[in-house]
Amino acid sequence: MQTTSDEVLIARIAGGDRLAMQVLFARHQVRVYRFVLRLVRNEATAEDLISEVFLDVWRQAGKFEGRSAVSTWMLGIARFKALSVLRKRPEEELDEEAAEQIEDQTDDPEVALAKKDKAAVLRQALSKLSAEHREIVDLVYYHEKSVEEVAGIVGIPEATVKTRMFYARKKLSEFLKEQGIDRGWP
Amino acid sequence: MTTNNEQTRSDIEKLLPWHAAGTLSRRDSQRVDEALARDPELARRYALVREELGETILLNESLGAPSGRAMERLFAKIDAEPARKAAPSIDLGTRIAEFFASLTPRTLALSATAAAVAILLQAALIAGIVIKDHGTGSGYETASAPTTDPGVGAFTMIRFAPQASSDDINRFLEANKLQIASGPAPGGLYKVRVSMTGLPKADLARIVKKLQEDKVVGFIATTE
Repeated sequence: MQTTSDEVLIARIAGGDRLAMQVLFARHQVRVYRFVLRLVRNEATAEDLISEVFLDVWRQAGKFEGRSAVSTWMLGIARFKALSVLRKRPEEELDEEAAEQIEDQTDDPEVALAKKDKAAVLRQALSKLSAEHREIVDLVYYHEKSVEEVAGIVGIPEATVKTRMFYARKKLSEFLKEQGIDRGWP
Repeated sequence: MTTNNEQTRSDIEKLLPWHAAGTLSRRDSQRVDEALARDPELARRYALVREELGETILLNESLGAPSGRAMERLFAKIDAEPARKAAPSIDLGTRIAEFFASLTPRTLALSATAAAVAILLQAALIAGIVIKDHGTGSGYETASAPTTDPGVGAFTMIRFAPQASSDDINRFLEANKLQIASGPAPGGLYKVRVSMTGLPKADLARIVKKLQEDKVVGFIATTE
């Protein structure tokens, strides 16, 4: 039902209907924002990006062929924009991000407390995944995208989607093990 | 276990994240269910996948939302765009889309109203469940605003399985003496009270574990 409504909105947007654009934006902005934020890790940049994403939707609505769900199409645009920003990001900023991920491994009081809470450690581990692994985990678990849809958004074969998800999960287990939580897998 | 069986397990294991998220085809979903029923180790690994699913949702839900500036910026840019003409219709799909596109704003508003009515009906159903649980019969009460202090008690976050009917949900809530405290939040999450008083973490975890075995539950996690 939601998919059909989105398609109708896109058809209206293609005809220049601003109200339809407002409805589509209100419906999807939070999820698109969170997807982008998890990739770029900067709220101001993520906010700039979502207006760019929806501007592309406004401009390209007439070309939307309905081969995928509208939300899948928009996440594909969002991913492209986020990766463009990441590519332009200065080296030192990327180094800082990598350093943040590494320093989480120290046993400060916060981490020690977190160790007592497996769920918190798991969330911490989810944040420490590489951008490639973060995006696939989010697409599958949070954005509820099928294997085929993830393949379309990320631009990789379906078999690679399954393998990449498997390795992302394996990495999670490794992070958890570093924090003293052995899940007995893989 | 033979190499073939190992290969089958490996293939099925790679599908577990999509099975947990409810995005597998019916056929694949059935394959996974059958494998889970006969392979305890696979079932144990599936429990790990469900943990990851739950924490990924909670992590994303904690990220907040963009400010109103994002919308202002978007529409300022749209206003600066040149006016456009609607594309000519060339196929059935486009013509259907254009038929819908040709509906007046009033019709769109009516559709939105119909959707809102549907949501209200759903809310009323849940409210009915909550009221029945209380059994007071006095006054009006919605599912998201119970008469008791909404902050008191022990809670979980639940997303109901997409295939669960309202009857299934009703039965599940009644059987487990649960109350909807608020929701749905983005992601279809409901905050559900499992006890009128606070519970130790271990007790709450036990309850969550028991509830997540019900097919009505798509996702469940403890919450404050």
